[in-house]
Amino acid sequence: MKHHIILRIGAKLLIPPIMLFALYVQFHGDYGPGGGFQAGVIFASAFILYGLVFGLAELRRVAPLAVVTKLMAIGWLIYIGVGYGGLILGGKFLDYNVLSDDRIAGQHLGILLVELGVGITVASTMLVIYQCFAAHQSRELSDDEW
Amino acid sequence: MVSDIHFILGHYNYWAAILLMAAGFYIVVARGNLIKKIVGLNLFQVSVFMLYISMGKVTGGTAPILTGRPEIYSNPLPHVLILTAIVVGVATTAIGLALIVRIKEAYGTIEEDEILAIDRALEQQDVHVQ
Amino acid sequence: MVMLSGVFSLLSAGLFVTMDAVDVAFTEAAVGAGLTTVLYLGALALTGSMEKAITRPPYIAVLVMTAMAAVLLYGTMDMPPFGDADAPIHRHVTPEYITGTQTQIGIPNVVSAVLASYRGFDTLGETGVIFTAGIGVLLLLRRRLSLHTPSKGGDAQ
Repeated sequence: MKHHIILRIGAKLLIPPIMLFALYVQFHGDYGPGGGFQAGVIFASAFILYGLVFGLAELRRVAPLAVVTKLMAIGWLIYIGVGYGGLILGGKFLDYNVLSDDRIAGQHLGILLVELGVGITVASTMLVIYQCFAAHQSRELSDDEW
Repeated sequence: MVSDIHFILGHYNYWAAILLMAAGFYIVVARGNLIKKIVGLNLFQVSVFMLYISMGKVTGGTAPILTGRPEIYSNPLPHVLILTAIVVGVATTAIGLALIVRIKEAYGTIEEDEILAIDRALEQQDVHVQ
Repeated sequence: MVMLSGVFSLLSAGLFVTMDAVDVAFTEAAVGAGLTTVLYLGALALTGSMEKAITRPPYIAVLVMTAMAAVLLYGTMDMPPFGDADAPIHRHVTPEYITGTQTQIGIPNVVSAVLASYRGFDTLGETGVIFTAGIGVLLLLRRRLSLHTPSKGGDAQ
């Protein structure tokens, strides 16, 4: 697809606003429709668009599989960490009230961190899945492998 | 007669969702191509979402985002459940498609009856060897 | 067929908006019309895009489908009418969630508040499901990746 100049320029123009919109959806999920899942999918779709137009090698350069798989786990660990943070600070598991002096500020902080973890996990998982599908080559199986 | 119209107007959403469910179910059961089965499964899932979201709608209500004025809100609880269900659905689809790719490599085909035939032939070969 | 399923997802997202489910419509549009279409195209590219023609008509499938639809239709006869504000579904915990979001949590989006705070444990499990799906796809489609990057530890059977 590298020689399709309209696709290349269109993708270059679109990818930064898509990422910005994903960040907006992530952090404004408290005030309007949105939240972690939607933001994660939109963020991953920006990267997938880059991979579709410029090739898988370029996508590998920008988002290497080793980094993205670790991010997948880190997002979920953030969520579990917030849960354990509630335990350590004296409340129950996933209790947001104890995360700060003011109960409502604690809820805000808890929801923010939790949605961040969810968004990171969803974005990296979608990227991992796309890269696995795109990199899979088919070859003929020889007789011994049966 | 009027009560019949009221009954139809009050239940057509459930019937539409069940119609879609039947279509999705038919695709899963009747088609042999594995990828088409996954598409039918997705259709089935969307119909179930329609059923739940239509159950949560309140006439004269609005989206469940608080505005500060006292208003009637549509029920947010089905929205939460269906949000989870959509994401689980995409996870299932991804794993299903990855399995189909591996099946194609192992069997050479993704038609269900051909895969069954290859399996039976392999079993008979095992029986002969033993 | 894949394009039609993408269009179907987008139209269902529009329907969700008319039923006041804006978060759900957002997710369905992003996931159904965006990501699932890419996955189907990837899978079709790896397996071939021709379907075998049907040899014999599927009578049993039509029978089972009609039986299931009939049972379900019979089940909807007693359900509350569409949009009824007195339905039992609106009486159980929803008023507490809506008032609790105003007083205890203080954010406008009730769906986010319920998802992240009141039902936060479910969201924890759901994130685990997504993580497991990523790991599953990695395990299933990993072997050919060695053509591009050095594989870690050889092929795991």
